[in-house]
Amino acid sequence: MQVLYFAWMRERIGVPKEEVETSAATVADLVEELKAREERYGAAFADMASVRVAVDQELTDMDASLEGVREVAFFPPMTGG
Amino acid sequence: MAISVQAEDFDVGAEMAAMSAGRADIGALVSFTGLVRDMAGGSEMVLEHYPGMTEKALASIEAEARTRWELQGCRIIHRYGALAAGAQIVLVLTASPHRQAAFEAAEFIMDFLKSRAPFWKKEAGGGWVDAREADEAALGRWA
Repeated sequence: MQVLYFAWMRERIGVPKEEVETSAATVADLVEELKAREERYGAAFADMASVRVAVDQELTDMDASLEGVREVAFFPPMTGG
Repeated sequence: MAISVQAEDFDVGAEMAAMSAGRADIGALVSFTGLVRDMAGGSEMVLEHYPGMTEKALASIEAEARTRWELQGCRIIHRYGALAAGAQIVLVLTASPHRQAAFEAAEFIMDFLKSRAPFWKKEAGGGWVDAREADEAALGRWA
């Protein structure tokens, strides 16, 4: 699936998006997989209270299922308007 | 199209005129424009967004406003990219027969744009603008 990162999460991980091969069942499982990969993911996901997630472009939470999902995006709390 | 996500500036007067053109049933036309404030971090900011999701989020906020209030018109323009201090960032227009619905719908839309539309502000000094707890709390009154 495509995994996207925005704002300071993009800066810490170093890429705006990447293709990730995963069998993670939920967003939380995917986060654990990514954190185990490299230190830069650990830095991006260090404070989960400041991480929001969208699955197929809909805001959701860390318990969301990844079954059939094409796109997951991680980003800090939004500051629009 | 009632939703626009664009780098370009917008003309508030032209947008208002377009909404009321050729009709006499609108009694209230509310316009809100958000501007870039000159903040400590620098006089310019860059607004990042999530192409695709941004349009969906704005359309969803507009649709929710239309279910809550009887709106005769609704227009949302949100800019992204580099914006200098004083620049226009966001426009919300709402039209209704009476003022209360137009005022409330515009406030509702702005409250949701603040923390439910995928935009992130970065100051010229390099720091990302933190989300304000007050913005999150503001959603509570629409629950």
